[in-house]
Amino acid sequence: MTAVGYTTKLPRSGTVPRWAPWLTYGAATALAVILSRATGANVALLVVAAILLAGATIYVWSRAVEGSRRATDRVATLAVTSTFAIAMVPLVSLLVTVIRRGSDRFDVAFFTESLRNVVGDGGGAVHAIIGTLVITGLATFMAVPIGILTAVYLREYGAGRRLATAVTFFVDVMTGIPSIVAGLFAYALFALFLGPGVRLGIVGAAALTVLMIPIVVRATEEMLRIVPNSLREAAYALGVPKWKTIVRVVLPTALGGIITGVMLAIARVVGETAPLLVTTGVITSTNWNPFEGRMMNLSVFAYFQYKTPGVPPEPYFARAWAAALTLIIIVLFLYFVARLVSLRWGRTEIQR
Amino acid sequence: MATRTPSEQTNEEAQQGMEVGREACIEVSDLNLYYGSFLAVQDVNMRIERFKATALIGASGCGKSTFLRSLNRMHELVPGARAEGRVTLDGDDIYAANIDPVSIRRKVGMVFQAPNPFPTMSIYDNVAAGLKLNTRRIKKGDLDTVVERSLRGANLWDEVKNRLGKSGSGLSGGQQQRLCIARAIAVEPEVLLMDEPASALDPISTLAIEDLVQELKQDYTIVIVTHNMQQASRASDTTGFFNIEAAGEPGHLVEMGPTEKIFTNPDNKATEDYVSGRFG
Repeated sequence: MTAVGYTTKLPRSGTVPRWAPWLTYGAATALAVILSRATGANVALLVVAAILLAGATIYVWSRAVEGSRRATDRVATLAVTSTFAIAMVPLVSLLVTVIRRGSDRFDVAFFTESLRNVVGDGGGAVHAIIGTLVITGLATFMAVPIGILTAVYLREYGAGRRLATAVTFFVDVMTGIPSIVAGLFAYALFALFLGPGVRLGIVGAAALTVLMIPIVVRATEEMLRIVPNSLREAAYALGVPKWKTIVRVVLPTALGGIITGVMLAIARVVGETAPLLVTTGVITSTNWNPFEGRMMNLSVFAYFQYKTPGVPPEPYFARAWAAALTLIIIVLFLYFVARLVSLRWGRTEIQR
Repeated sequence: MATRTPSEQTNEEAQQGMEVGREACIEVSDLNLYYGSFLAVQDVNMRIERFKATALIGASGCGKSTFLRSLNRMHELVPGARAEGRVTLDGDDIYAANIDPVSIRRKVGMVFQAPNPFPTMSIYDNVAAGLKLNTRRIKKGDLDTVVERSLRGANLWDEVKNRLGKSGSGLSGGQQQRLCIARAIAVEPEVLLMDEPASALDPISTLAIEDLVQELKQDYTIVIVTHNMQQASRASDTTGFFNIEAAGEPGHLVEMGPTEKIFTNPDNKATEDYVSGRFG
């Protein structure tokens, strides 16, 4: 009587050939391309149609051979893969376009010369690169300590208090403020003391600081939240005071994530245009001093090259694309450095 | 509460018996421990003797760990938690207003249930952490001596002496727990509190920890919370049994006495039921 259950055979089913999905996708894609050529219809629509067609085909085929469970699985696989591919299209397209059009002027002069007294072809963006690095560096220098210390207060000291709840709320609100508002705030603040029309690198840095602080606070707070309480208790049980526990145990444990958060914040502001347009102004020559005179930066540079080209406009457009490429490379470089730093110093292997 | 009368008598008798020629390290009187308004542990009176291992047994949730954490003022780290009553360490009231909790924790170290080495530090730095973080300046040679002595004290030296610079997270669970013990004894506390130190370990590592307790009590006073009856009977000199009347009621110390007596001939019926496995 008990043996009956064991003698039942497991259900058997066939399998579609391994190349079946690829054949379906390939055929559907080929059909879409041919149709697009023949009718001149919208490519995007045809891609969607091809995916639906491929899904329907593989479902019917697989259901006939393998049964409904595997058929559903194959459709789900196709859906996940194709949405991923669609999401990659704009990213790849953007990168390819920027690299192709930016490489025209991606030469030595672009990184060694400014636009001082340059009309038409030639010149470079060294003044904008310097401005971007100085302004962003200054903003990071101001935002990171404030952001990290705020997060330490919120998590380690203020948890549950009304002040902390209020600060958390306003940090969340600040995350969403439009960047131009930060720019106008910084401009208005400095205009109070230095008079209207003030254009300085430090004003731009102040605007970017306003944008960076909430991102740093949020990232640090999340990282401090996942540092296990047992580590804090272990330090307290050794007779280590609270502040030293935070500085020597909690923050180092969270370092990897904090660095990632800081890099995200930098990447967010390094390409800002609007707040810098109103705070640092436009200039064609190099200025290293954020406390005196206007400062150019890469995104404002690209904007102005495109908005007010000379005749002929091509050299101006080429410089704008090269500036965009430079910005992307700076951001990539920052990510690379952040990975290295967190690999080297921030062992993030938090247990349990 | 009529049910508690015998245990109080037992406590007093036991205390009177112990006072002959024995030195108390920690004395607890009328201790009540709260989480917010919830009374978690009620009316504990206890003497913990110097250079002895004292085991605290009892079912889960009866307040053993809470009580243990009150002995080095770790209890109050939980938001809303507070203690009422008197706990003296060498005659000083550790809950007096002018006493800094940090200074208590330097004298009363603690080993936790789950091993918790600092993940960002090497094995060496883990052991040295207490000294490095507390002392302004310390000579490298002195630090080396302390690290070796502590690791030897925790029976871990031979296993890690060639990998002191590696991360402590790479060790096995039992090794990590001994690393935590080494870290705790490196600051040379007077008392070592152990909160179920072997509950996450296999039997062999557990035995290593128990042997270690036997050795450590030459130099330290040890209070160990355990769910393991054999562990309490093997490793301790004195045993205290905690219990609760019902869920939601406060825990209290039912009976305390020499381990042999508690496990063979306890005065209280609840203790006998618990140690013989008929309950809990």
